[in-house]
Amino acid sequence: MATTAHSEVPPPKGPAIETTKTKNKVRPGDRVFLGLSRGSGITLLVIMAAIAAFLTYRAALAISKDEGNFFTTFEWNPAGDPPVFGIAVLAFGTVVSSIIAMVIAVPVAVGIALFISHYAPRKLAAPLAYVVDLLAAVPSIIYGLWGAIFLVPYLGGLNKWLDQYMGWTYIFDKSSPGVARNLFTVGILLAIMILPIITNVTREVFLQVPRMHEEAALALGATRWEVIRMSVLPFGRSGIISASMLGLGRALGETMAVAVVLSPSFLISGHLLDPGGGTFAQNIAAKFNEADEFGRDALIASGLVLFVITLLVNGAARMIIARRKEYSGANA
Amino acid sequence: MAKRIDVSGLTAYYGSHKAIEDISMTVEPRSVTAFIGPSGCGKSTFLRTLNRMHEVTPGGRVEGKVLLDDENLYASGVDPVAVRRTVGMVFQRPNPFPTMSIYDNVAAGLRLNGNYKKSQLNDIVEKSLRGANLWNEVKDRLNKPGSGLSGGQQQRLCIARAIAVEPDVLLMDEPCSALDPISTLAIEDLIGELKERFTIVIVTHNMQQAARVSDRTAFFNLAAVGQPGKLIEIDETERIFSNPSVQATEDYISGRFG
Repeated sequence: MATTAHSEVPPPKGPAIETTKTKNKVRPGDRVFLGLSRGSGITLLVIMAAIAAFLTYRAALAISKDEGNFFTTFEWNPAGDPPVFGIAVLAFGTVVSSIIAMVIAVPVAVGIALFISHYAPRKLAAPLAYVVDLLAAVPSIIYGLWGAIFLVPYLGGLNKWLDQYMGWTYIFDKSSPGVARNLFTVGILLAIMILPIITNVTREVFLQVPRMHEEAALALGATRWEVIRMSVLPFGRSGIISASMLGLGRALGETMAVAVVLSPSFLISGHLLDPGGGTFAQNIAAKFNEADEFGRDALIASGLVLFVITLLVNGAARMIIARRKEYSGANA
Repeated sequence: MAKRIDVSGLTAYYGSHKAIEDISMTVEPRSVTAFIGPSGCGKSTFLRTLNRMHEVTPGGRVEGKVLLDDENLYASGVDPVAVRRTVGMVFQRPNPFPTMSIYDNVAAGLRLNGNYKKSQLNDIVEKSLRGANLWNEVKDRLNKPGSGLSGGQQQRLCIARAIAVEPDVLLMDEPCSALDPISTLAIEDLIGELKERFTIVIVTHNMQQAARVSDRTAFFNLAAVGQPGKLIEIDETERIFSNPSVQATEDYISGRFG
């Protein structure tokens, strides 16, 4: 009512001028903050563009002189005459070790997160969450050393057992002898490394499940597990996916731990227990120091591929989350 | 199916805080009993003791007896999960499962309870939605998410979900307080129909609502903030609103208090 009356009757002169003045007036604080935040945004874009341009330029330099097929060659010899190098082995090793890591880490992390958020007594939940946080703070080189010194010999027995009893699955058939410096061990190590971040993010999401959703299930006579299945997991679904992507990002790019554990070779083998293989990051770390200018460009080209793979994975995850938006808990 | 509730000497705690003290009452089957009283008087807490939902709150515990016909809900060896399957509940804010379709929401309780054939499930879902006066509005979009309905429709969906398992008792915790007047009227009409089949207990802040829908009314009050809530009196609704036997009830109803 008040606003209608106001618009119909022209307001007295004095106050009207003042209103227009204050409306258009930009306060110095606003202007400074706007400048700062806009500047940060622009800087970020500039940095991103610069990195992309640099990677693409140097990669193009290398790929144009590659005498082998960059995507299918099983060799890395940019210093040779003619230079031959390809990313097939690296792409295979990176993707396979990350898949192993995800298969192990995601269910375990969701389990730990559910235990902390819904099962553990409060006295146990807090210290447990702290321990998980601590796990995230361990530097990756420490994981690498631990993996090489402890995990590799320890997993030798497991490898033997898997080969003997699960060998018929092909992937666990160990066709060449050697210690467990293989993609399977790398996968397990990566799983341990990405466990904390997935656990922490999913735990946060599980704790945010609205009380009323859980009570809806409880009131129908749901057991604790049924409450989790009906209310907690559906609500946390997109959070689990996001958390997994964060973990996957780390697994794809992990360098030191893989470099220490794996005995690299330019071979692709579906037998996960066979030693050898390589990943993008491990290959770059291992060869960068000894490479000449052209060799470094070749490594940068492989880095660009890793970058693209990570982008694709993230895009796919976003699509999965968006597809289920209609059913998300956001509108309840 | 509708059962009589017989409560004697019921006291409920949150940790060391005593929320309600020594409540005894009888709720008749196939009738609507309304709980009224000022905020914090423990009427919702008391309602939640009737299906053992009180104890899911950390620190929540209960002393006393709640007999459903002749079975004590708090006898040792009684599984609270089983209790909640026979005493249904509708909450203050509509809470359909947001990730489930309308159909799955109604079927959720049935799927917990056992194996039904697809055709059986279809029949019960339709019957429950009809029972909640929602069928005509949603029959063409049973596979759409329940969270896409209006608030009043969501609340009727929750009622359909609760009655689908044919409970003995239906508890309603301020079921209309988040709804507009027209949706409220729809729910009140529905309550009138449901009492033919179920024992209904409803908590409400709206005294006109209590007067409209209930057969008996219980008035709860607390001596002071921090003191436990107590049952002041329970009687025929007509009598409570015209000639209550306790002065405090009359003060509350006539607005001289609370």
